Amino acid sequence: MKQKIVLHFPSAVVEQPFIYYLVKDFNLVVNILKAEINPRKEGRIVLEVSGDDQRYEEALEFLQANGLRVSSLRQEIIWNEERCTHCGACSVICPSGALVLQRPEMLICFDEQKCVACEHCLKACPARAMEARF
Amino acid sequence: MAVEKSYEENNARIRKGEAVVVTAEEVIPFVKEKGLKKAAELVDVVTTGTFSPMCSSGVFLNLPHPKPRMKMSKVFLNGVNAYAGLAAVDVYLGATELAEYDPANRIFPGEFNYGGGHVIEDLVAGREVRLEATAYGTDCYPRRKFEEWITLKDIGEAILFNPRNAYQNYNVAVNLSDRTLYTYMGVLKPKMGNANYSTAGQLSPLFNDPLFKTIGLGTKIFLGGGIGYVTWHGTQHNLDVPRSANGVPRRPAGTLAVTGDLKQMSSKWLRGMSFLGYGPTLQVGIGIPIPILNEEILHFCAVTDEEIYAPVVDYSEAYPQGTGEVLAEVSYAELKTGKICINGREVPSAPLSSYAKAREIATVLKKWITKGEFLLTPPAAPLPTDEPTKFKTEKTQGGGS
Repeated sequence: MKQKIVLHFPSAVVEQPFIYYLVKDFNLVVNILKAEINPRKEGRIVLEVSGDDQRYEEALEFLQANGLRVSSLRQEIIWNEERCTHCGACSVICPSGALVLQRPEMLICFDEQKCVACEHCLKACPARAMEARF
Repeated sequence: MAVEKSYEENNARIRKGEAVVVTAEEVIPFVKEKGLKKAAELVDVVTTGTFSPMCSSGVFLNLPHPKPRMKMSKVFLNGVNAYAGLAAVDVYLGATELAEYDPANRIFPGEFNYGGGHVIEDLVAGREVRLEATAYGTDCYPRRKFEEWITLKDIGEAILFNPRNAYQNYNVAVNLSDRTLYTYMGVLKPKMGNANYSTAGQLSPLFNDPLFKTIGLGTKIFLGGGIGYVTWHGTQHNLDVPRSANGVPRRPAGTLAVTGDLKQMSSKWLRGMSFLGYGPTLQVGIGIPIPILNEEILHFCAVTDEEIYAPVVDYSEAYPQGTGEVLAEVSYAELKTGKICINGREVPSAPLSSYAKAREIATVLKKWITKGEFLLTPPAAPLPTDEPTKFKTEKTQGGGS
């Protein structure tokens, strides 16, 4: 398996090294795309994770048992197609090729698999058609 | 013998449902296949379209008269100021007006999430808008304060009046500096990280009638999803620019002032937009039919993206300082591939004008005409085409395409 997920840390556990456990105890390959702690001391890590299916499931149980919430990145960065006017402004701003202008149709297409949640598109989109739901 | 048709003949065919109507995109292979003369005999109308941010847009509103009556002198709609220096309850709401509470660029770059363009979209969509008005009070208009939730239905006349739309060609914006720029041409990454352009190229109305042979005062058009008219030449209408052999300007040139009844328009084709670090504006859908009266007019309509060139301008220096310097010229065919070559360097390019929606507008207009619902209007007067130049383009070109 390989997928992009978001870990939400409650303040009580934000200082614990969960990434280390994922690597050492569950033999997962992790690639941190983004990490932050807010003023309320809640943490959020966007990461790409790959490894054995079974061990991944065990890792999720372990994280949840420790009070972390795990969600798929796909549920967090939303392309509001109704709001999108397919102008194309985002296509040179998106660094990962998730937002592309398909040719010759000249229609914007959002590939969630490629999104790294950098959030540059949120404000570069004049129609405000991209939303973050973290 | 050369093909000569009249508005009356074309309209007669439209009324009978027999008119041959093609979009400015479809006409290109059609002319190639049939040849100019044969195609001019067959085609009656070519439809064009554009759906771009057009800053010089706004709406005249006749607001509801409260009791007692009031000569409104300061008016806000959802917190956005509308100009009230008109008769008692008439105001003009401009697309780029900020909400009063907007911090603008004090927190840089400003987000401008809500402004005049968004109020216009909300009104057209039938959503409630908060009206707040104050006045100094007179004997005939004693009321001094009024607040109410209103919708478009509560408003008397709502007239979209855009003094500068449908720019004939526009700059391709790049940034030669070391910092990111936030402009009306979008976010421009440093060191020529991207190149943004803003016209529909071969589908754009004024590229298909570069010398205004058919578009003039009174030309009936698709405007914001409803019917509108060309009511004047637009502000900064400038014809003294370099042109290609096909008559197409290689710099921003002609513009149109357009007018229509907001009440029959749609929020699908009038959209509030927010340009980071720049301001709010309105994305406006315009489609103009071009009657094929002769081979020359059809020849203009058959123009392709390969034959239309736009100037590349640096928005870190040349544009803000008004130097008029043009770095290079690129064709719309190249721009549309997503990569252009400027002085030997490959630069990613992106549009701000929706080509897909421009195509949709041209197709909708084609349907209206094909069904006999939309007739062509001969201009009551031509747009200025040979006036002595009033301005130098580089000095006067402004925001919005």
